[in-house]
Amino acid sequence: MNGSTIIFYLLAAMALVFAALSVTTRQIFRAAIYLLFTLISIAGIYFWLQYEFIAAVQIVVYVGGIVVLIIFSIFLTQQTGEKLPKQKTDRKIFAGLAVFAGFALTILQIYQHTFFETDESAITPTVQNIGTKMLTVDNGGYALPFEVISMLLLAAMIGCIVIALREKKNIEPQRQEDREEHKRIV
Amino acid sequence: MEPGLYHILFLSTALFFIGVYGFLTRRNLITMLMSIELILNSVNLNFIAFNKYLWPNQMDGLFFSLFIIAIAAAEAAVAIAIIINLYRSHNSIDVENAEDLKY
Repeated sequence: MNGSTIIFYLLAAMALVFAALSVTTRQIFRAAIYLLFTLISIAGIYFWLQYEFIAAVQIVVYVGGIVVLIIFSIFLTQQTGEKLPKQKTDRKIFAGLAVFAGFALTILQIYQHTFFETDESAITPTVQNIGTKMLTVDNGGYALPFEVISMLLLAAMIGCIVIALREKKNIEPQRQEDREEHKRIV
Repeated sequence: MEPGLYHILFLSTALFFIGVYGFLTRRNLITMLMSIELILNSVNLNFIAFNKYLWPNQMDGLFFSLFIIAIAAAEAAVAIAIIINLYRSHNSIDVENAEDLKY
């Protein structure tokens, strides 16, 4: 049992415990914070696997982007300090049973399967290698998915703006009412 | 025991089913979105583990994870825009109210 093994088990245990807390806690803000710790533990596992670039992307996009977005949306949509309503017990039991059955089946399949490794020499996933591969148009390059993903992000951005935009019709009467009320008070 | 491919596969399977449990039991749209993030993360972990232990001579698993992270970010942004819009019209973000969206 050396240091690296201990670190792996620690990170794995942290990820699992915080994930379980995140889906069971009744305070939504705490659920978001537990999710944050789970994502950081998974980034730690990427560091442990020596995939530093993907760990950095995980921290930047998930921890810095998605969790902050989720926390903001909690602020916008939730009355603070209010607990989520209790779930029905039978729903919990059936979900737990289904999840346990699926978990057991998958683990059984994984441990019965033997995986074959290649003997070819390994490439280290340095940023240089990743960048070269990502922008090659030759066989095995990822230039096309890279461009497609940029189009997808643009479409998602415009879509978000359109969906979340307030309708003007609803605002105008409100303002007029406000003005009339103001006049009445004056 | 030295951790290897099977340990990481166990971890990602457990994370996946924790996410599924959350998705089945929660009734609040934001917490359901969090469960989806957990599921996507477990898939990423799988891709990276297969890349590291089975095909270290290629980097395809890494690129799949990168693209999944980008798509997850886009998906979360669109989902939160829809949730905020739903909250404006219904003052609640339970899935039971989301049925009215189609009318």
